[in-house]
Amino acid sequence: MIAEILREAWRSLRANKLRSLLTTLGVIIGVAAVIVMMAISAGTEAAISESIYSLGSNLIFISSTFSRVGPGERPQSVGGLVYDDVAAIREKIKGVAGVTVDQQASVTIRRGDITLEGVTLLGTTADYPVVRGLSVASGRYFTNTEVERVQKVAVLGKTIAEKLFGDEDPIGQTITVNKTQLTVIGILAEKGLVAGTDFDQIVYTPIKVVFQKFTPSQFARFMGNRVRQITVAVEPHANIDQVVEQITLLLVNRHNVSLDSPDFNIRTQADIIKARESTTATFRNLLIWVASVSLLVGGIGIMNIMLVSVTERTREIGLRQAVGATPEDIQIQFLTEALVLSLLGGLIGIGVGIAGSYLFGMVSGMRTVIVPYAIGISFTSAALVGVLFGYLPARRAAGLDPIVALRYE
Amino acid sequence: MNQDHPIIRTENLKKIYGSGEAQVNALDGITLTIQQGEFVAIMGPSGSGKSTLLNILACLDRPSEGRYFLDGIEVSQYSRRDLALIRGRKIGMVFQSYNLLPRLTALENVLLPIFYRREQRLSAEEARQRALAMLESVGLGDRAHHYPNQLSGGQQQRVAIARALVNDPALILADEPTGNLDSHASQEILELLQNLHAQGRTIVLVTHDPEVAARTERILLIRDGHLISDQSNDRRQPLVTPLASAQRTEPTVEAHHDR
Repeated sequence: MIAEILREAWRSLRANKLRSLLTTLGVIIGVAAVIVMMAISAGTEAAISESIYSLGSNLIFISSTFSRVGPGERPQSVGGLVYDDVAAIREKIKGVAGVTVDQQASVTIRRGDITLEGVTLLGTTADYPVVRGLSVASGRYFTNTEVERVQKVAVLGKTIAEKLFGDEDPIGQTITVNKTQLTVIGILAEKGLVAGTDFDQIVYTPIKVVFQKFTPSQFARFMGNRVRQITVAVEPHANIDQVVEQITLLLVNRHNVSLDSPDFNIRTQADIIKARESTTATFRNLLIWVASVSLLVGGIGIMNIMLVSVTERTREIGLRQAVGATPEDIQIQFLTEALVLSLLGGLIGIGVGIAGSYLFGMVSGMRTVIVPYAIGISFTSAALVGVLFGYLPARRAAGLDPIVALRYE
Repeated sequence: MNQDHPIIRTENLKKIYGSGEAQVNALDGITLTIQQGEFVAIMGPSGSGKSTLLNILACLDRPSEGRYFLDGIEVSQYSRRDLALIRGRKIGMVFQSYNLLPRLTALENVLLPIFYRREQRLSAEEARQRALAMLESVGLGDRAHHYPNQLSGGQQQRVAIARALVNDPALILADEPTGNLDSHASQEILELLQNLHAQGRTIVLVTHDPEVAARTERILLIRDGHLISDQSNDRRQPLVTPLASAQRTEPTVEAHHDR
């Protein structure tokens, strides 16, 4: 019986192929839109959290919050993180795998007849590779002693090393950075592009070298040994909340500020991901609303066409009633047609959506991830649309008086 | 089929449209009985109420007053749903304009009443065999897979008759079955109906054509909602226009022409 009803519905939809297809267009677009948009937002989300995690795991970011100053006022000399906080955290907090701080400058590098302009020179402490998840391919990273002694050494990113030295072994060689000569002591393993930073295109050097040689003097004077951000890597099994609490207490103490208005701000990686996710969730909800409107319009299209169909087929309805179809039979027939129409649109929409997601990913270079529950949601709402908007036309068909219907021209 | 009761029995059937000043009595008390195996024509000028009567007999409509027993069952107050079910079970209808569904083949058109059957449902194959047998019985076994627009008018009407027969109804109701056909096709259809009658089917047809009525056994004449003549039709006698011979009125029918 069900098979026969479905076949009946399929047949009458096939009788008007173009019209049926155009009718389902709204649903197709709605469903495809849901899937593509969910794929884009899921892809973006995955890319974001992946890049945040690939900075290194279990990170705590401490940043300075300077007290607000009005225009023309001199910033207060107190407040904010200082370079010595790094050493304090490393020594006094348990469960810390590494603490680093960095200061960067844009420099020109020369070696022989090769000149590279606009290279990022990154001053760090010895813990930097641990915190950022970098590993040394050959040679070694500099030590904290070398940082304190302002040793003019450099560790090269993989790409920079290749550009400057080609096949030669760079260890022990000298490069000229602006006007300062640095000795290469190590090469990092390939890391690639992470969160918009290409770690292979960077020259690493002790942070105090950057402070002394590569920071514009005015800025250096103003900043003193103040730093903007300290990054702490927590040991894998340590309780990150406890570490945050200890650091907070330590810094409040050191800076002599109250807990209620600290001059720094501590965020964990999880906080950042959560914040990002809430942004993408807002975006996603908006997209879902847009897609819902599209589905609604699609549903109205189906209702419209079904009403036309009922009018066109008045005689058929009359005849079916004359040969024994009850009002429910007629209602079920038209409801089934609307449902088949919308499910068909749903299926095509899923196909279009999946293909569209891949295509969009390929063309735009953005990552897209097909979300299974998006397919489920959109297909279910397509079915719902069919039942909802098929109901009125089906009721109208079922309510036709067979005598009037049989005489309808 | 039960022989103890007539196929059709009506008691003082009335159908009233509108109310007050605009009230129209389309049927004004029709009492009639049609026995198993009869071949009856209902005649009358347009507006006489014969279509209204046919609709009620076909269970497409309900009388305003009076009672209607179809095959011994009183259906006068049936709901729409029950009327639909009884139509499928007891009545085969043939229309002037055939009313075949153009999207379906002849075979599928004949299958339609089986599709809506609630009791003794047949398997798909049984249903197909039965529909095919019906098409063969009307001489269209070789046209089963043709669409209506590939068939002549006479052939379409024969498909419609096969459709009317497929659920083995107690009563076949034909509304001007030859109205759209040329004389040759009309003869074929009338012969087919006569054959069915000879096989014991009960057939009631509505017509305004005396020649068609002459092929039946009994002619009921309706005028102004009244049954004014009920006459058995001896086919050996030359054709008598029913209007001219409409003297004898059924005693149960009140004759008041004061409207």
